[in-house]
Amino acid sequence: MLTILMLIPLLGSIAVFALPAARETLAKQIALGISIVTACGAVFLTTRLSGLGGGFAVTEKHDWIPAFGISWSLGIDGISGVLIVMATLLVPLVIIAGWNDVEKIGRGTVKGFFSLILILEVFMIGVFAATDLFLFYVFFEAMLVPVYFLIGRFGGPQRAYAAMKFLLYSLVGGLFMLASLIGLYVVSERQLGKGTFDFSALANMNIDPATQKVLFLGFFFAFAIKAPMVPFHTWLPDAAAESTPGTSTLLVGVLDKVGTFGMIRILLPIFPEASKYYTPIIIILAVISIFYGALLAIGQTDMMRLIAFSSVSHFGFIVMGIFAMTSQSMSGATFYMVNHGFSTGALFLVVGFLVSRRGSKKIEDFGGVSKVAPVLAGVFLISGLSSLALPGMSSFVSEFLVLLGTFSVYKDVAIIATFGIVLAAFYILWMYQRTMTGVPSTEVTETVTEITKRELAAIVPILAVIIGLGIFPQVALKVINPTVNQIQTHVGLFDPVASTTPSESGS
Amino acid sequence: MTAALIGLPLFGAATLLLGGRRTNAWGHFFAVAMSASSFFVGIFLFIQMLGRSGEERAVGQYLFDWISVGRFHVPFGLHIDQLSMVFVLLITGVGTLIHVYSIGYMEHDPNRRRFFAYLNLFVAAMLLLVLADNYLLLYVGWEGVGLASYLLISFYQHKPSAAAAGKKAFIVNRVGDVGLSIAVMLMFVTFGTVTFEGVAAGAPQAAPSHVTWIGLALLLAACGKSAQFPLQSWLLDAMEGPTPVSALIHAATMVTAGVYLITRAHAIFDLSSTARTAVVTIGAITLLLGAFIGTAKDDIKKGLAGSTMSQIGYMILAAGLGPAGYVFAIFHLLTHGLFKAGLFLGAGSVMHGMNDDVNMRHYGALRTAMKITYATFGLGYLAIIGVPPFSGFWSKDEIIHAAFGQNIYIGLATLLGAGVTAFYMTRMMAMTFFGEARWEKGIHPHESPATMTAPMLILALGSAFGGLLLVFVGDIEGWLEPIVGIGHSDHAVSNTILIPVTLLVVLVGAGYGWMTYGRRPVPVVAPENVSLLTRAARADAYGDALNEAVFMRPGQYLTRALVWFDSKAIDGTIGGLSAAIGGLSARGRKLQNGYARSYALTMLGGAVLIAFVLLLVRL
Amino acid sequence: MNPNNYLVLAAILFTIGALGVLVRRNAIIVFMSVEMMLNAANLAFVAAARSTGTLDGQVAAFFVMVVAAAEVVVGLAIIVTIFRTRRSASIDEASLLKY
Repeated sequence: MLTILMLIPLLGSIAVFALPAARETLAKQIALGISIVTACGAVFLTTRLSGLGGGFAVTEKHDWIPAFGISWSLGIDGISGVLIVMATLLVPLVIIAGWNDVEKIGRGTVKGFFSLILILEVFMIGVFAATDLFLFYVFFEAMLVPVYFLIGRFGGPQRAYAAMKFLLYSLVGGLFMLASLIGLYVVSERQLGKGTFDFSALANMNIDPATQKVLFLGFFFAFAIKAPMVPFHTWLPDAAAESTPGTSTLLVGVLDKVGTFGMIRILLPIFPEASKYYTPIIIILAVISIFYGALLAIGQTDMMRLIAFSSVSHFGFIVMGIFAMTSQSMSGATFYMVNHGFSTGALFLVVGFLVSRRGSKKIEDFGGVSKVAPVLAGVFLISGLSSLALPGMSSFVSEFLVLLGTFSVYKDVAIIATFGIVLAAFYILWMYQRTMTGVPSTEVTETVTEITKRELAAIVPILAVIIGLGIFPQVALKVINPTVNQIQTHVGLFDPVASTTPSESGS
Repeated sequence: MTAALIGLPLFGAATLLLGGRRTNAWGHFFAVAMSASSFFVGIFLFIQMLGRSGEERAVGQYLFDWISVGRFHVPFGLHIDQLSMVFVLLITGVGTLIHVYSIGYMEHDPNRRRFFAYLNLFVAAMLLLVLADNYLLLYVGWEGVGLASYLLISFYQHKPSAAAAGKKAFIVNRVGDVGLSIAVMLMFVTFGTVTFEGVAAGAPQAAPSHVTWIGLALLLAACGKSAQFPLQSWLLDAMEGPTPVSALIHAATMVTAGVYLITRAHAIFDLSSTARTAVVTIGAITLLLGAFIGTAKDDIKKGLAGSTMSQIGYMILAAGLGPAGYVFAIFHLLTHGLFKAGLFLGAGSVMHGMNDDVNMRHYGALRTAMKITYATFGLGYLAIIGVPPFSGFWSKDEIIHAAFGQNIYIGLATLLGAGVTAFYMTRMMAMTFFGEARWEKGIHPHESPATMTAPMLILALGSAFGGLLLVFVGDIEGWLEPIVGIGHSDHAVSNTILIPVTLLVVLVGAGYGWMTYGRRPVPVVAPENVSLLTRAARADAYGDALNEAVFMRPGQYLTRALVWFDSKAIDGTIGGLSAAIGGLSARGRKLQNGYARSYALTMLGGAVLIAFVLLLVRL
Repeated sequence: MNPNNYLVLAAILFTIGALGVLVRRNAIIVFMSVEMMLNAANLAFVAAARSTGTLDGQVAAFFVMVVAAAEVVVGLAIIVTIFRTRRSASIDEASLLKY
């Protein structure tokens, strides 16, 4: 089933690429249609997860390189399921939002852009669905190729630099992961007699703690670059600022999640001892990321870079939640990954609308937009509020769960991290104040027009999802919880019990 | 039914915001209708509640499971009891009046529809705040009103000062929200639940230190929302918003949410004397600070804002007194909601007549030009300074009385506050309605339209008789007793002595105010050579300057330093590394000189080396 | 049979060839020197085969001859082409393939 889900965008991509270059509109339409079909398929497959108790669903397994125990095995659980749904939902919206972006910005062909996005979608599904670590690695690296071209071909003036930086950072991380992966294979060969890359088999091994600590580092390094955590983050602002808004959305919204996804789905189950051993350092790094990202976001003059840095801060929350290892914090972190994809995606897309009008990403070039384009300003505000985790939006639920879960084990850390929400309010509202309020300059009145129907079609579904999940977060949490519980049990940790148990009537 | 209370205004806000320009023509009426119907639902529920006896009056409504992870379960549940009911009636009642007032006040504003949508949104969020049955859902309402407040303060978005004020309000409130967030987390860790019921049930068994910390965190939250020291600075700036907003949000309802929170969490505060002492101290500081700021403001709205701070200080202080004070905190909240909303609407009416000039030095002698405004403002004035039998007298006297029961210094602070209140309110009356006209050229003060004066009249009636009604007809003490309990601390000073003393202090304050501003001409330009104290009061007691010096300035430097650090140090290290590799390979490629003979020599050298090594190893 | 003399001769021939490759500029001479090195290797092979009494060395020598023949064909063709275009058979002048 999952192979078919991946084949749909793959065939779509080939079809789009095979079109004559002049048939641009047709290419866009095909891409949009294919991505919508894929999204429906992903949602349908995720519904199969209910009542499974956290294990893998819709699994399939075919031998690929039997000599090394490598197989083409796919499957989704609660965590990968929601991420695949998020990714596949974002793709059609990105296509709608980027409908006209390419002609203006890049020199690559229009069909090339949409073809690359579909290819990227194939790999995104693959990397989340792979239950064979080697396959995961293959998709992890393969994703770089379409993204490299999406940034390098269709980006802004510094695109070549940004694309190269992105590629090198990711490759270096991938290299360390490959080394650890081979090490893991060797360990599995010694322990099980026959080497394997199968996720479940590896997770059920008892690797001795010293080996775990070494192998853990290789994976963690790759994931920390991908996530990105301070101090491995500097590729992100450049890449996000130079690529088209659609690419940035997929890059930050989906691709970066592979890092945090890897942490919760690979590091914790396979290296439980090492994860616990490194927890203090990682949590400190996460808290540093939260504040470092937020403070740098405040200091930015470029809107795209500002959003990129805000993501560094958000990823700090996610990593903190994962390594606090309580059910609330991990479920919250997973839910955060989904919400961050939507809220940051919305912000990137809206900023993209602004940039395509004014031709500048600088905050100082705007001002007073709410006067000339009130709906655009309103949409911008809602996206921003979602980013600062306003209660009622889905991001609040996830951020609060992360903080709550962390608080129940590390009070001091959680209290410090909570102050990050003040900074989040500051960078978002200050950006809003500088770009949207005040008296519009003549350049703004001449160039900035009200939001179009197409743009609304791209942004409204995202905002609807954000608010919908804020009121009914159980829709997603029900899917996530069982898998998180399974991981928690596997690691061998339990939630702390409340210090006072209230009488029965109280609950 | 309870859900309808919130649902109606929320539906109104959604309709107006999503409907766009199509709803321009009838939007404001629709918003008024939604708010009014919510009020009628409230009345209906109130009558139902009256039909039940004291203990059975609380009704819960479970809607659905909101968040449920591991042991953390938060229902989306509403809960209406006597305390919430008081708030529901205040919010929807005063809210509806202010909706009506805004029809006239915002008549010429092109964005009137948006204004009404935000007002409805505010009413919905505030109702959610007081109807939630757990602290996390309360948090949603808590930040929801913060959002509405942000939107409404920065409603005049073309004004940079308004935009900045809105942002400031939101961010300062967020600091308070950190407190609420920490409190909720602590509750979960301590009690395993965050419902009001569960927390109240678990509190007696919990570790005292936890209870105290929860109390202090809740106090931080209350400080943010209720503009209490040290998070008070946003309220004065919030006056950038349209005046109906100041009346509804920044006087009558939202800013009193802190009092609601402390009263709602009384189970926590009852158990921790440390937390109560902190609450009383904050309340006392703020009531004096606010009154002090109020004495020097020439901006009529900022003067009222200082007064609001001060009056909420009274409420917080009363709430900090424990069971002896909760009822009076809520009582004062109600009377204050009536007379302060009336005063703000009066100020709005004056501004409406004076072409939106807020400087009282440009007013004077308006009592003849605006008779209804004068009368309603006057009633509010009598109520706030606490002249019997007007409403403020009943509630404020009880607080002063209870404060003396607690501690003589706290009692004296409340007494001093009452005197200062009388002074600045008299100053405001005198500068606005008496003396000679100091109007600027081309200003022709006129009375406001009926949509504006009608709500003012109703609120003036409330200011006049609200206290009487609540004490003698409504029996506010008996009404709230099942929720918060009644404790009579040993009153050190009996009421028979205290009332005359209080009245004397008020008289002195008012008399001094009249002597200074009523009898002497008021200069049109504020005098420069004034005492240090006046200067401090004009500068909001240097609250902003302090924020600027302690947080904003260092924050800016830190941000700039980090931006530099990020691009130079972190990115520089990586960039340097790649430059080093690039440099090395640039050297290295020079070896590739194109001469076949030199390649051959290298090969030979290599072969000889290998042969040599092989020989060496064998030997 | 003692192959020492043959091996010493092979070493001398190889050294002469190697020196020729290193010091001469004319492509043809360099080419001849390479051939000389190959033949030195052949001599060593054959000598070794004779002394051990096996055929392996001779087989190897034949392989070398075949490879050398092929090399001559390709190499001369390249040299002739270079000479035609550049009017010179100096290998130092054909140093375009550098950094």
